[in-house]
Amino acid sequence: MTLTATPPASDPGARPHPGLAALAARHGLAASGARPSLPEYTRRLWGRRHFVTAFATARLTAQYSRARLGRLWQIMTPLLNATVYYFVFGVLLRTKEGVADFVPFLVTGVFVWTFTSSTVLAGTRALTGNLGLVRALHFPRAALPVAYAVQQLQQLLFSMAALTVILCCCGQLPRPSWLLALPALGLQATFNTGLALVMARLASRTPDIAQLMPFVLRTWMYVSGVMWSVGHTVRGDEVPHLAAVALEWNPAALYIDLTRFALIDSFTADQLPPHVWAGAACWALLAGVGGFVYFWQAEETYGRG
Amino acid sequence: MAEEQDARTPTVIADDVHITYRVHSGRTARAVHAVKGVTFVAHQGEAIGLIGSNGSGKSTLLKAVAGLLPPARGRIYTRGQPSLLGVNAALMNDLTGERNVVLGGLAMGMTRRQIRERYQRIVDFSGIDDKGDFSTLPMRTYSSGMAARLRFSIAAAKSHDVLMIDEALATGDAAFQRRSKARIAELRATAGTVFLVSHHHRTVTETCDRALWLEAGVLRMDGPAADVVAAYEADAKAKK
Repeated sequence: MTLTATPPASDPGARPHPGLAALAARHGLAASGARPSLPEYTRRLWGRRHFVTAFATARLTAQYSRARLGRLWQIMTPLLNATVYYFVFGVLLRTKEGVADFVPFLVTGVFVWTFTSSTVLAGTRALTGNLGLVRALHFPRAALPVAYAVQQLQQLLFSMAALTVILCCCGQLPRPSWLLALPALGLQATFNTGLALVMARLASRTPDIAQLMPFVLRTWMYVSGVMWSVGHTVRGDEVPHLAAVALEWNPAALYIDLTRFALIDSFTADQLPPHVWAGAACWALLAGVGGFVYFWQAEETYGRG
Repeated sequence: MAEEQDARTPTVIADDVHITYRVHSGRTARAVHAVKGVTFVAHQGEAIGLIGSNGSGKSTLLKAVAGLLPPARGRIYTRGQPSLLGVNAALMNDLTGERNVVLGGLAMGMTRRQIRERYQRIVDFSGIDDKGDFSTLPMRTYSSGMAARLRFSIAAAKSHDVLMIDEALATGDAAFQRRSKARIAELRATAGTVFLVSHHHRTVTETCDRALWLEAGVLRMDGPAADVVAAYEADAKAKK
């Protein structure tokens, strides 16, 4: 529902005063709460970069502060997640058949997917969960979804530390190609942040989206090749062409497979679609820039409903 | 009106401001018309009290002046960025007092350097370290008075062009109330214009030279604080 200015039944207050606008202009007063231009908005957001990182770190620290094991959970949570997926998909459902190095394959998929899904989910709560802050202090609202995305990026670093241990245990030792994971995850982080900004705006207007997102994300996860190989499936002939293209160019699948390509020996370039880096960069640019502009366009309405 | 006051510098101009916001309850959403056509001009050096019964739109109007709630109709013009004295929402109970000082300062738009410079003063002013080293403990371990003192100290650490103070800020024991009253006076001296929302009419007549009386979102009276408070009290008595 959109908010409309309902005219009052009776209006005993004063009428608009043409002299007041002139008075404001004469003394150089600016309209309060007006949306700044996009460059100015970007500049202000940059000015609040320390708040963004401090807020993200504070949330990450506070997250497990009441648990006995404290921040150990930051590593334990992704590890336990990986164990559960291994048990269900590796042992019970046996999707591992035909996939070399299944454990590294699965764990990389789970961690990279979790980065996107938790950032998107966090985005839906970035404004609705901080209405008090939005209504009390003045700052570019994009700082909140961006801080939530930064928090997930920090969490990813813990997951990647855990992943390194798992990979080494599975005989995948560090090699130069691991560095390719940096641009892949960097592009993914940009993509995620853009999506978080979009979700923050949508959820601030329609809070019900937060209830719907888990289902959307679960569907997205199952088509993203987290626990099965997209490459193998689309090379088979049963998949219609259009579906194969959609599966291959799904941004989540691209980022997952790029990271696998960087980290796992047996995951070779022939399992990737052509122009994969260009595709990953396009998605990041589209979501990052588009999400930022989309969020900015409703800046003055946040915290109102 | 504008013509007579040309000699003074305006800091806040409200021009026929209407504010509506949505209230959700289940599937129905209702628009509440909280402020209905308020017009006033505030000047440099003025301290303006806002009075009116509960729900008359005082806090809503302040939030609109701060640019936090956009007016549905009308315009608000301001010099610089008006700030609400309040930082509670940015603080996290699971963090130490130390880290909350930094987080709260950054949330108010202070630089890391400004926070470093003022850090000791903020902690000393709050008095949380008077009985042990509480600044290194999570805020959830504080007594309610201690937490309130720290919140006020952080909020009052920054100086502002246009400052808005909602009442019930000065909490804590008598000694702290004296200190915070003095700090509010200091903030008033450095700020261009101060708005004060209060139910204590004595506070309004003591600290403000002008008062706005809001009733059901409409500006009932605008004038010298003593006159407006007297009229408001007479009206309240007549209703009883």
